[in-house]
Amino acid sequence: MANHLRYSGIALAIALAIALPLGLAVGHTGRATWLVSAVNAVRSIPGVGLLVLLAVLISPHYYGRTDLGYLIPTEIVLVLIAMPSILANTYAGVDAVDPAVRDAAKGMGMTGVQVLWKVELPNSLPLIFSGFRSATLQVIATATIAAYFPLGGLGRYIYDGYAQRDFPQMVSGGVLVALLAVAVDLLLSVVQRLAVSRGVSGRFSSKTGAAADAATGSIRTKGEVATG
Amino acid sequence: MTGAVLAAGGDSSPWHFWQYFLDHRSADLDFLWKHVYLSVLPVVLGLIISLPLGYLARRYRWTYPPIISITGLLYTIPSIALFVIVPPVFGLKSLDPKQVPIALTIYSVALLTRVVADGLGSVSEETLLAATAMGFGRLRRLFGVELPIAAPVIAAGLRVATVSNVSLVAVAGTIGMDNLGRLFDIGKQLSTPDPYYPPIVLGIVLCVLLALTLDAIIVLGSRLITPWRRAVSRLPPNEIAPQKAHHDSAGGPGDKRSDQVAERPGPLARPTLRLVRRHSLSGGQSP
Repeated sequence: MANHLRYSGIALAIALAIALPLGLAVGHTGRATWLVSAVNAVRSIPGVGLLVLLAVLISPHYYGRTDLGYLIPTEIVLVLIAMPSILANTYAGVDAVDPAVRDAAKGMGMTGVQVLWKVELPNSLPLIFSGFRSATLQVIATATIAAYFPLGGLGRYIYDGYAQRDFPQMVSGGVLVALLAVAVDLLLSVVQRLAVSRGVSGRFSSKTGAAADAATGSIRTKGEVATG
Repeated sequence: MTGAVLAAGGDSSPWHFWQYFLDHRSADLDFLWKHVYLSVLPVVLGLIISLPLGYLARRYRWTYPPIISITGLLYTIPSIALFVIVPPVFGLKSLDPKQVPIALTIYSVALLTRVVADGLGSVSEETLLAATAMGFGRLRRLFGVELPIAAPVIAAGLRVATVSNVSLVAVAGTIGMDNLGRLFDIGKQLSTPDPYYPPIVLGIVLCVLLALTLDAIIVLGSRLITPWRRAVSRLPPNEIAPQKAHHDSAGGPGDKRSDQVAERPGPLARPTLRLVRRHSLSGGQSP
């Protein structure tokens, strides 16, 4: 469990550190939007395949010493898997900010950076969060597959169970992974509720709330691809 | 287990994947065919199940929150976990070949139900009223008006479901299910002590090609069943010719130029939907 969270946490931190500023920059300047489609194309590559390829490529250099030879390829794959959702949703979030709002901020004398930090970022938080949540789910799912190689994590139970034909162990491993994913997603939804301004999420009346949900919902589906 | 394929030999360079494919053609084609079947069948079943579910969520508003929460929860479960949980829940033996399509069908239903509900919800009230005023019954309105208008949204959902399925099926290869994912398993086993790349690269290449092909098929299919979108998106709004319904616009004024229209990539359904909606309104006027 600790290992599983560690692998996922490291990857998400790296992916967030790369993709969030990139997405904000692309969204704010409106330039280099091809970057978003390029990173999106990564999604059609199967995560397992990439993992096996990189593990085979990198692990011989670390053979017999540490588990770094498997950890490094795993983290690379997890970062690659997390980045498209975060980048695409950050870009979409900033891009979808009402131009009138942006103009108003400029009219008040805000600088470009201020507009980004005080207007565009808070306004796109719901979308950024939904991107981060689907990235988190994909990373937790793929971190399970790390146990396909000699690494820890909850996937250990699944693959050990498979290797030993110990199906109860396999199933309980699956249940644990599922519970972990649901718990983390729930936690993030609470964080999102606390972090997103009520003025943005529209949690004042049920009517505007539903409208906001519908608006983010259609893009949320866009953010959700390949959980493996 | 992989005895037949273990006799690998040959160059271990990553670029020899095509030679590897030729050397093991029957096994690889078998994997590919099973991969296609495992990627497509669940989406088809998922669509069949989620159409009534999505309609239900739209028709009776109080069912929307519970249906969407439950499907959202199912979508949260990681694929490999769902694969191993499915057999005990459905009373199958572990490592039953049916567990993969069942698990993927659950995913497809989880994704598509929301898409169908939101797609049907995007049909404007005026359109529904116009259809009713023209004497459409509830069922005919659903199939003749609402579903065609929701088709681009549903197609976008189908693309997401299919492309992600191709990746997820490969995951099942790691627990011994026959599909392209097995190439990764084989490559991993052949890579001790020295790396042997061809099967791994071949698996990745075939998976990506398969995902792109299936995606393109859905895009083409959705353009074929929504010909009015091509006609409309080329014309300025005030020039939209009134056309009766979605099925007789072939040969309409905009069609000549349709080949120049580049479909926007990705499920960006909202702006195009507005066009569709506008058109369907004008379409309601002719006899």
